[in-house]
Amino acid sequence: MARSNRPVSSRQGWWLLATALAASLPLTQHLPLWLSLAAGTAFAWRAALTWRQWHLPPRWLVVLLVIAGTAGVFLQYRTILGRTPGIELLVVFLALKLLELRTARDTVATALLGYFLVLGQFLFTQTIPTALLACLTVLITTAALLAAGDDRPKPWQQLRRAALMLAQALPFMLLLFVLFPRVQGPLWGIPQDRFAAVSGLSDTMSPGSIAQLSQSDAIAFRVQFKDTVPAQSRLYWRGPVMPLFDGRSWRVAQTLGAYPAVPYAGLGAPVDYEVTLEPHGKFWLFALEMPATLPPDSALTSDYQPIARQAVRSRLRYTQQAWPEAIAGVSESSGILRDALALPKDGNPRTRAISAAWRAQHGDDGAAILAAAENLFRRQLLIYTLNPPLLGTDIVDEFLFDTKRGFCEHFAAAFVFALRAAGVPARVVAGYQGGEVNPVDGYLVVRQYDAHAWAEAWIAGRGWVRVDPTAISAPTRISSNLANAVPVGEELPFLTRGNLAWLKELRYRLDAVTNGWNQWVLGYNPQRQRDLLASLGLNEPDWRSMTAVLSVLGGTVMLALTGWILRNRLRVDPALAAWRRFTARLARRGVAWQAWEGPQAFAERAARQAPLHAERIREIAALYARLRYGAAPRPSDLIRLKAEIAAFKP
Amino acid sequence: MRLAELDAILGDVNRIILGKERPICLSLACLLARGHLLIEDLPGVGKTTLAHVLARVLGLDFQRIQFTSDMLPADILGVSIFDRDSGTFHFHPGPIFTQVVLADEINRATPKAQSALLEAMEERQVTAEGKTRALPEPFFVIATQNPTHQIGTFPLPESQLDRFLLKIELGYPDPAAERELLAGADRRQMVSDLAPRITPPQLIALQQRVRQVHASPALIDYVQALAAHTRTAPRWQAGLSPRACLALLAVARAWALLDGRDHVLPEDVQAVLPGVIAHRLRPTDDTARTDVEAVAAALIEAVDLP
Repeated sequence: MARSNRPVSSRQGWWLLATALAASLPLTQHLPLWLSLAAGTAFAWRAALTWRQWHLPPRWLVVLLVIAGTAGVFLQYRTILGRTPGIELLVVFLALKLLELRTARDTVATALLGYFLVLGQFLFTQTIPTALLACLTVLITTAALLAAGDDRPKPWQQLRRAALMLAQALPFMLLLFVLFPRVQGPLWGIPQDRFAAVSGLSDTMSPGSIAQLSQSDAIAFRVQFKDTVPAQSRLYWRGPVMPLFDGRSWRVAQTLGAYPAVPYAGLGAPVDYEVTLEPHGKFWLFALEMPATLPPDSALTSDYQPIARQAVRSRLRYTQQAWPEAIAGVSESSGILRDALALPKDGNPRTRAISAAWRAQHGDDGAAILAAAENLFRRQLLIYTLNPPLLGTDIVDEFLFDTKRGFCEHFAAAFVFALRAAGVPARVVAGYQGGEVNPVDGYLVVRQYDAHAWAEAWIAGRGWVRVDPTAISAPTRISSNLANAVPVGEELPFLTRGNLAWLKELRYRLDAVTNGWNQWVLGYNPQRQRDLLASLGLNEPDWRSMTAVLSVLGGTVMLALTGWILRNRLRVDPALAAWRRFTARLARRGVAWQAWEGPQAFAERAARQAPLHAERIREIAALYARLRYGAAPRPSDLIRLKAEIAAFKP
Repeated sequence: MRLAELDAILGDVNRIILGKERPICLSLACLLARGHLLIEDLPGVGKTTLAHVLARVLGLDFQRIQFTSDMLPADILGVSIFDRDSGTFHFHPGPIFTQVVLADEINRATPKAQSALLEAMEERQVTAEGKTRALPEPFFVIATQNPTHQIGTFPLPESQLDRFLLKIELGYPDPAAERELLAGADRRQMVSDLAPRITPPQLIALQQRVRQVHASPALIDYVQALAAHTRTAPRWQAGLSPRACLALLAVARAWALLDGRDHVLPEDVQAVLPGVIAHRLRPTDDTARTDVEAVAAALIEAVDLP
């Protein structure tokens, strides 16, 4: 209609500027500085254009700027595909579109671009604050879109209208969210151009690497146990196993996908639980020792660690079972045992001497050597601390006999070294120990500061036996938590401190909310959808029947709405309908009818603007006025009006 | 086509009061709609002459009441005086017992005297000393008031302002009209030379005709839409009352008749809107109060024709 080529009013200009600002401000943290500055300049330019009523920049300049912006993005990334370059291009386009707001069509295009950039935010984060911010931006953008059609209401009225419309759309959104067939896979199936550094365990361990993690209270994963939560001291979450030692650091040496199923037999009562793993960029999945079942699309490594087929780059949920008392590796392959005995040629002579003495005393009796090693650790009165002193070349000797202060990786490394020196196969296992039950929703939350390292020794006939040397010196670390285990006065992650009860309570609640969001909104996957539909009585729905149900539902709603609109439309006075055709025809000639203008007033104005048709226009307007406002409209007048308008070709 | 008698009336008035076609047309519309007129303007712009001329050409009696701060209701309504000869009280009607009353500087009087006039306007009758006396028909009050910011004025409350159908301003004449006025004949003489164009019964018949002017459902929708907008938009302290809507429709009907039509168009409503809302709508923003035309234009542009 005529509205699409109406010039952009200053109020519309301000609305679009607000939209552009709201859509691009949250993205600035992901944008390079030059682009933020350029976009800011364009916004300021737009503000000046609107405020001072300047002329728009010439088209060739805008085209040049578009080329320059695209080139800038390309030069930065050597591509214009992918997440960040794509978003940056959109920001460039949005900023420059503001400089060519000529007609109402441009305002609509800009508002739609604004909506698209709102989606862009979700490519970076999908947290609740992001969603709230996006809601606000959508509100502003919708108001701008409304203003594109009718800019007369005041800003807050416009916002209220937009809010009302969005509220009306909410049920449809929820319906589609719940019922629309879900696709397996991450929310955004686009190539990740870079995986941002995420804190978490790595595949090597050297003195200090886990202590570093202990300063982070980021969540590693959440666990929901089917029954009761096992005792704290049994919560060993198996992570990367590290048998290779080069004198300073430990490394993994895994045969990926060695076992498609669990190779050992279960013992004792199984524990069922569900893990929601935060993305960490690695392949491994954490499982309570010892894993009894495997999550889908995963396999067990040669050292019994579950490994996913793809790196965990989005939140992953899997159900698992554990056999806390399983015996693994009774008949271990010689290669693995050889690896678990290898030591560097020299270094740490004092430990080697003691180990040699055990060997001489106990011979092949692994269990006895193990007991001797535990005894040594107990005798040495080692101190568990987050700030161990730096170690020189013989890290095991220095830790055990000189400094006697260390974190779990020192304990585990020294213990494994001592066992190996005494001829007992042993290896370091990294992972998490413990966790904290959130009383609000009952989830066990495992954070980065729960990272831990322990030892595994192979005893003939008993297979791999877990020994936690840290527990020998600092039993509270295992039975309670980190804060209770380290000496008073050491700097702890903020959230582990126990003396802020209200803060803890607040954190529990916030965490429960975040978890609910993760579980039910972000983690609403095909499985969840199936469960929910099953609880609604739709058993085993497949894609086809769900699509059919949705189509029928959506079709019915649309039909009802269309019918309602059509009925309203049919009620329109035929004279008014004819008048609208007439004004639309004149609008194409550049004589736009204002919706508040009376027929005669408009006819006079139109006659002045189109003197050639003055008589016709006046006649049509008079006919229409008589029909619509006259005392006894004659049917013949309506026929004449229609004929006149049909013949009217300005 | 405009009715011949109305054309003649307007021609006569316009010949004496120069360059004020629109306010004159509005005051005639007000009279035809059986309403009373409030003129707010400075002294000397022709308010008295307008009232006088209208009375003359319509063939009506004319009285003028100059309001002062020491005026009493009896000065307007009349007073009973003891007649010694007959030994009874005899009612001496006040200046209000006439067909056209010019109440000059109404806001100089105290509220008591004001309300005496305003009650008479509303009831079209006067009750004095227990006896009710009907006022002549037709009865038309033109009240003038000084801009309320002047010293020594008692502003009329909103409820009383509502008794006036229209409020208009005359304003200074434009230079050409003023020159003609200065060079032309004596206005006072011209007024007394005027001959009535119609008789009071004819005027009453015209007032009847105004009431028969058709207002279609679409037009009533429009009046309602205008009122609804004033009631919800934050621009005004309070919206138009149903009485104000009736007033708007009544004046729009008269305006349509003056334009020679038997039905009201939205243009009629828009044309009389400033006069109808001038004393009824109070903008929240005080600075916007001065320019009634601009306020009305904003209101018109904010409401689409239904």
